[in-house]
Formats: sequence, C-alpha cells, structure tokens
Amino acid sequence: MNAADIPVLSIMLAIPVVAAAMCLFVRAERARIIALSATLVNLVLGLLLWLCYDPAGAQWQFTESATMFGPIGWRLGIDGISLSLIMLSVFLMPICIGASWTSIQKRVGEYMAAFLLMETLMIGVFAAQDLLLFYIFFEAGLIPMYLIIGIWGGQDRIYASYKFFLYTLLGSLVMLIAMLWIIQFAGTADIPTLLNTDFPAEAQKWLWFAFFASFAVKMPMWPVHTWLPDAHVQAPTAGSVILAGVLLKMGGYGFLRFSLPMFPEASADFIPLVFGLSMVAVVYTSLVALVQEDMKKLIAYSSVAHMAIVTVGLFTFNQQGIEGAIIVMLSHGLVSGALFLCVGVIYDRLHTREISRYGGLSVNMPKYALLFMLFTMASVGLPGTSGFVGEFLSLAGAYKVSTWATFIATTGIILGAGYMLYLYRRIAFGPQINADAATMSDVNIREMWLLAPIAVVVLWMGVYPETFLAPIRRDVATIVARIERAAPVGDSKLKLVDPTTARYRVVHGPEKNMAEGSH
Amino acid sequence: MELNASLSLVRPEVILSFSALGLLLLAAWREQAGRLISILAVAALVAAAAFVLNFMMNGTNLSAFDGLLINDAFGNFSKILIFIAAAISLIIAPRFLENAGAMRAEYPVLILLSCVGMGVMVSATDLISLYIGLELQSLSAYVLASFVRSDGRSAEAGLKYFVLGALASGMLLFGASLVYGFAGSTSFAAIGAAMDADVGLGLIFGIVFILSGLAFKISAAPFHMWTPDVYEGAPTPVTAFFASAPKVAAIALTIRIVLEAFGAQILVWQQIIIAVALMSIIIGAVGAIGQQNLKRLMAYSSINNVGFILIGLATGTEQGISAMLVYLVIYVAMTLGSFICLLQLKDKDDGYREEFADISGLSKTRPALAAALAIFMFSLAGIPPLFGFWGKLVVFNAAVAAGLLPLAVIGITASVIGAFYYLKVVKVMYFDDAADVIVDSDDNVLVWTGGILAAANSPLGYFAIPALGIWTAYAARALF
Repeated sequence: MNAADIPVLSIMLAIPVVAAAMCLFVRAERARIIALSATLVNLVLGLLLWLCYDPAGAQWQFTESATMFGPIGWRLGIDGISLSLIMLSVFLMPICIGASWTSIQKRVGEYMAAFLLMETLMIGVFAAQDLLLFYIFFEAGLIPMYLIIGIWGGQDRIYASYKFFLYTLLGSLVMLIAMLWIIQFAGTADIPTLLNTDFPAEAQKWLWFAFFASFAVKMPMWPVHTWLPDAHVQAPTAGSVILAGVLLKMGGYGFLRFSLPMFPEASADFIPLVFGLSMVAVVYTSLVALVQEDMKKLIAYSSVAHMAIVTVGLFTFNQQGIEGAIIVMLSHGLVSGALFLCVGVIYDRLHTREISRYGGLSVNMPKYALLFMLFTMASVGLPGTSGFVGEFLSLAGAYKVSTWATFIATTGIILGAGYMLYLYRRIAFGPQINADAATMSDVNIREMWLLAPIAVVVLWMGVYPETFLAPIRRDVATIVARIERAAPVGDSKLKLVDPTTARYRVVHGPEKNMAEGSH
Repeated sequence: MELNASLSLVRPEVILSFSALGLLLLAAWREQAGRLISILAVAALVAAAAFVLNFMMNGTNLSAFDGLLINDAFGNFSKILIFIAAAISLIIAPRFLENAGAMRAEYPVLILLSCVGMGVMVSATDLISLYIGLELQSLSAYVLASFVRSDGRSAEAGLKYFVLGALASGMLLFGASLVYGFAGSTSFAAIGAAMDADVGLGLIFGIVFILSGLAFKISAAPFHMWTPDVYEGAPTPVTAFFASAPKVAAIALTIRIVLEAFGAQILVWQQIIIAVALMSIIIGAVGAIGQQNLKRLMAYSSINNVGFILIGLATGTEQGISAMLVYLVIYVAMTLGSFICLLQLKDKDDGYREEFADISGLSKTRPALAAALAIFMFSLAGIPPLFGFWGKLVVFNAAVAAGLLPLAVIGITASVIGAFYYLKVVKVMYFDDAADVIVDSDDNVLVWTGGILAAANSPLGYFAIPALGIWTAYAARALF
C-alpha cells in the first residue's frame, strides 16, 4: 500500500487548520471559497482513504506515530468504524459550508474558521490512537461549537451555548480522571494496546461509569439530553447539521471504541441501566417530539430517540446489533443533517421555525416536498432507506438479548412515524393557510446541491448497505470476539432452525405495516 | 574563603542587590529616568537569570552560609521563572505608569529588591532566612501596591495589603517560634529530623500557623480575602507582577518547607493542604461568578489556580512537585498574558477600563485583542487544546498516581464552576453587542508580549511539553 507512506490523516487534519487561519484574514466572499475548497479537498482525501482502505488488511491502517508532544503521542490510525465516521464528517462538511453560503452574513471569516476547526477536531477524534490525544480532540470541539452557537445562533443562543458547554465539560472531566487512571494502570496511552488490556472487574465499574458520564451526555441519553434541544434550536442550520450529524456520533463511537472493549464485564453488568435509559428515551422523547411546535426542536428530540436505538444496539454484544448501531449512527447523521437542512431551506425564506406558519408547501415547492418526504421516510425507517437497515439490524440484535427492551424500543419506530409524518403533513400538505408561506420559491440550485447528495447516499445505504457494512464487519467482529466472554445470555432463546426468516418476521412485520398504514 | 564560596552561590541575588542600589543612586540624580532605569533593571534580571541558568546547567547543589540557603535545581528553576515574570512586569509597565503620572525610578528598583527577596525565599533552608526573604519581598510589594499615590484605590490596596500581610507574617513568625521551640532548631533539616522522632501537639500547632501564614502569601483560601481588593486597587502592571512572580516564590517556598521540614510526617500536613486546595478551587470559582471588575475576576482566578497547584503538593511525590512546576510555568504565562490584555483596554481618552461592560462585543471592534484574551480565558479554564489544559492534566495525573482519587474527582468537577466565569468573559466579548469604548492599542510592547504569550498558550505550546517535562522533573528531583 503506497498510500501508507503519506501521512494522509495528518494532512486531513492540517488542511482545515490552515484554511481556518486564512479565513480569519480575508473578506467574506474569499473566506467562503477557501472554506469550501478546503472541505472539498478533505472530501476527496476521505474518498481516497475509503478506496485505499483494505477491509481484509491490518486492523489499524494509515497509522502514523510521532513523539513531539512528549507524553501525548501523536498516533493516528483508522479501522473500518473510524473510517465510516470520518467519511460521514468529511461528507457533511462541504454541505455545511454550502448551507451557510447566504444565510451567514456577519463575521463570515470567523464562522468559516470555526467550522474548519470543527472538522479537524472531528477527524481527530475518530483517528486518534492515543488516549490523551483523543481526549484533546474530543474536548476541544466544545470551543468552536460554543462560539458557533453563541455568535451565530438564534434568540436564546447564550443560554444554549452555556448549557452545551458546561454539560459536556462536566461529563468529560470525570472521564479524564478515569483515563489518567487507565494510563497509569496499563502504562501506556496507546489505544490499540489498551483495547486488549484486562482491567480488574471492580475498577471496571468505576471506569465504565466515568466514561459513561461523558459519552451519555454527548450521545445524548435520557435524562442528560436536555442540552440537545436547546443547542439544536439555537444553533445556525449548519451548526445543527454538524451537531446532529457528527458530534452526537462521538458518544456512540466512545461506547464502541472504549466502554465495550475495555470494560466488557462492567458493560455487561450495566446492560439493564443502558437498556432502561434507552427505553425511556425512545418512548419519552418520541412523545415529546409529537407535541413540538418548533421544527428544529422536533428533530432534536427525534435525534435523542434515534440515538437511544444506537445505545440499545451497541450493548447487545452481538454482531448484528453493533453493526446495526453503527449504521443507525451513519444513517442518522445523514438523515437528521438533511432534515435540519430542509428546515434551514424554509427558515431562510420565512425566518421562523414554527410549524404552524407553514402548510401546503407541496403546492408551491414540489421539489422541496419530495426531498423532505424522502428524508422523513428515512427518519421513520422505511425499507429502502438507510434508516431501515440500521434500525432493523440493531433491533434484531437486541432481540437476542432482551425481548422486552426490543419491544419497547420498537414502539419508538411507530411513534417516530407518528411525529415525522405529522410534521410532514403540517408542513407539506393541507391547505395553504399562510399567504407568505404559499409564495415561497422552490429549492434553488445551491440547495439542490446540498440535499441531493445526501438523498443519493441515503438511498444507496438503504438499497445496498453492503458498501457500508463491508469495512466495519471485521472490526465489529473483533470487538464482539473481545467482549464475548461477558456477553449476556439473552431471554429470547432463539433456535437455529431458519434464523433469517424467523427474525425477519418478528421485527419487520409491524414496521412494514406501520409504514404502509401511514401513507 | 568560606564566605567567598557562599557569596559565589548567591551571585544572582548579589547582582540584583547591587543593581537595585546602583539604580537607586542613578534615580537620585536623574529623577525622570524611569524608562532607562527600567531597561537597566531588565538587564540586571537577565544577567541574574543567566547566572542561575549556569548553576542549573552545572547541576549545582550546595549549601551556603552554614545551611541558611541552598543553591539547588529546584530553587534555580523557580528563580528563572520569577526573574522572567518580573522582567515582563517591568517591560509592560512604563506606558501605564506614565499615564498615571507615576513612572518613577522606584518602580524598577522595588521590583528588583522584591526579586532579591524572592531569590532568598526559594533557596531558604532555614526559618530565619525564609522570613528575611519573605519580608523583603512583601515590603517591596506593599509599596508597589500603593505606587500610584494619586489614586485612592491604590493607596487603599497598599494599606490593606500591608495590614493583612503583617498579620500573616505574625502568624508565620508565631508558628516558626513554636516549631523552633519544639524542634530545637530553625534549620529545615533539623526540624525534619525532630519530626521524624516525634510529632507533639506543639509542633503541629507550629505547622498549622506556618502554613496559614504561607497560605496568605499564596492567596489560598481561607486566607484569600485580601486578594480581590489588592488586585483591583493596585496599578495593573503591579497586579500582573503580584499574580506571577511572588506567587511562584511563595509556592516554591511552601513546597520546600513542607517537604524538607515537615516531609517526614505526611499525614500531619497533607490534610491541611488538601483542605486548602479544595477550598481555594471552590471559593475561587464561586467568588468569581458575580464579579464585574476584570481585575477582581483575575484575583479569584488566581485563588482558583493556586488550589489546583496545591493538589500537586498534596501528593507529596516527586511527580506531584514536577507537575506543580509545570503548572506554575503555564500559569505565569496565562496570567501575565491576561493582564497584558487588560492593560490594552484603553478608551479614547487614554483611560484604562477594567469592567465587563467595557469589553462587551470586543471581538467586533478589536478582534485580535479579543482572540488573545479568549485564548487566555480558555487556557485558564483548562480546556484543551489550549496549553492550560496540560497544567491541569499533569497535576491531576500526579494526584491519581498518588491514589488521591476523591481529591482529583472533586477538584476536576469543581473546575467546571470555574469554566463558567471564564466562559462569561468570552461570552461578553463575542456574543454581546459592541460597546465600542476600547480603541486600538498604541503600545507595541504590549501587543508583542501579549501575542507571544498567546501563542505559547495556544496549541503551539504543546511543543514545549518534552522540554518542560525534563526541566521540571530535574528541578523536583532536587527535593527528594
């Protein structure tokens, strides 16, 4: 592999930083172009990574190592899971820049710089192979996001930015202490080594909790999710996209990368806690979403519900569940990002997020209505879209562990169909009650370029998920093999008669009915 | 011969003393030569630092004056840091003092004398030399606090500092007399030996009083009350000096006396240090929340930071001391940088502003200054990737290594409270509407020193980690 000689990951980290520095010193138009070019270059590099990544090769590829920071090792490398999340980040970034092209008019240079720094930090989180380096990237993301929400946000932006910052900071700091303990126990901060270190069972519990504090806030899990609706609603459109699209995935990534392989016993012990919180989250936040009057808030609550399905999937300890959780993360990153963009499109025209101010948009904005419908369906989990694949797999995996948890988590999909279709009906269908909404123009070329690529990927992932499953399969299997010794017994007592069809009926049945019935 | 050998070991202090006296003479003839004397004073500090560096490179570890002072790596490391901080305090001052009509030659001279005192403090190995150094430093500081005579606040700060400082010195002396009475010696080594044998109630009382006096000097809670008033009232360059050099000296002194004199009985002093550390962190964080004056805010911030530094001392390990020194270096850079930013807050009538309302929306009118101040604030809050994070990390790492997990968890959780008010500064500068009272700085010295310190606190500072780690470990080893 000749690509291994070039420090691709370092280059991907450096490009946005350099571009960010340039953005600070140039005029608005120039800053937009610099930001877009930098993110596009990173997208190309990301695609190269994807093409050069060998699913059958070494577990960690494109590894780099340097020691200029003393105890903080500049060690980078990716496996399939990191790769998919890095791809998600670099894919969404140009779209975010495009989404802010006209809607951001004040302090454009600083805005672009903040987003570019964000991109570096996101890639860094997924590529770091040193625990301290991971922490630095993980935590540093707070600063640009704080500024993005606080400077370019909506009415209550200051409250939201504080809440976002302090909530996530408190969670992460406890994790830092645990990390220091781990590094001293294992004598290294090298993540691949740590992943195969066995920690004493008693210590695992504390460490697991410390990590849980951080990732559960980031995820976010009920009841520490309350920062999310505020942050989402107040953030500018692109901020919401990146928040929902990538930042939330850091929590899931953390569970997958650290909590499960490093503390398998503790993870198994706490399955009831995770499942319990996830079940509450699915039902509660779905019901809350149902009564929202604010579009962004509704989507924010739906994010919490979807992320609860991710946590259920991750803690199933089996291949299906974990693969499903990763696909839900990718799918949700795309779909919720796209939904926020859809909100942004009409927000830019009418400057309100209130659902009742719209109505009958399918008449005057047919293209918009079509795209919005596609993403609504993907969010609901309609077969053929990315949402279905992930949710199906993670719930099928969960069924092996706990039928009750699966049952309750699945109601989330029905409720999800409820609030999403209700949202869609109020916005796109019905009479055109508001004159100003009825005169809005359809999506323009720029907006089309933002939404169409996501639509293509969503359909691709729904129709041929193998493209996205292939790179992660082996890495998930590695994790499953590592945690197998602690895997829970499960209450479904599946018999190996004809497993594929049997599972297919159990979960797919109600979901299909629900999707058809709602048409 | 013996005297010569001793004198050669205190060469930096000798240089500073003679420079101070010489410059005082010069000042007598040329009263308006404040700037020239400042430059000469900086040169004297550089020369002294060069000698210290030489000692450090040679690995000198010798006692002087029959065990009153010691010239070791720990003291020398602290001295370099102190001299650098003092030099920066001199460089940034002239414009401010001229503006206040107080650019007199005594300012650099007093700083030099204070540096002599601090040099003695960090190398003292006897209660007597400790006290002499401390008083020389403190007396200079009292005068410096009230240096702008025409300003009522400055005079008030000086008086307040003097009265409370005298009280603290009294407590320290009382403690020292108790320790002397029960241990039979004023030398750290002899006290250590006496404590090895037996710790009576008298000695414990002595330790408590000494630590209380020192807690006052490093402005650790519950002896922190003077800090906000003095920081607010003193002229800003003097405040910058107070927050950096004397703090380093007093902390280094505390480290040395705790480890060399009381070191054997860790259980006696550890709980005091832990309590003081946690109280400082929490009081520093909570007290800052309601402040409207930025200098008062920085005062609480320094109380808060002292708490974090003391966590390193609570471990009582070599790693902990090394971590404290790392934190001190970073803290000096952060705090001096913040004060340099405050010094640039000038309105169009050349008046200095120091309220929150004045920096409202600063990022729109003075983006570079706002960015620098934001870097310092995030760094003080310990948010990665800024360099302040590294200081907190090493301190907490030492605490975890020493098994002080509850202390680490409480301390780090309390740092979230601190983050709140640092964020408030950023919020006011970036999110609020522009007040537009601050004009462009015309003082390039401030712009450049501030810029360099901001760069050092940015992620670029991480390149210094390996060197910093080696030097602090080397310095800390001298105490064990």
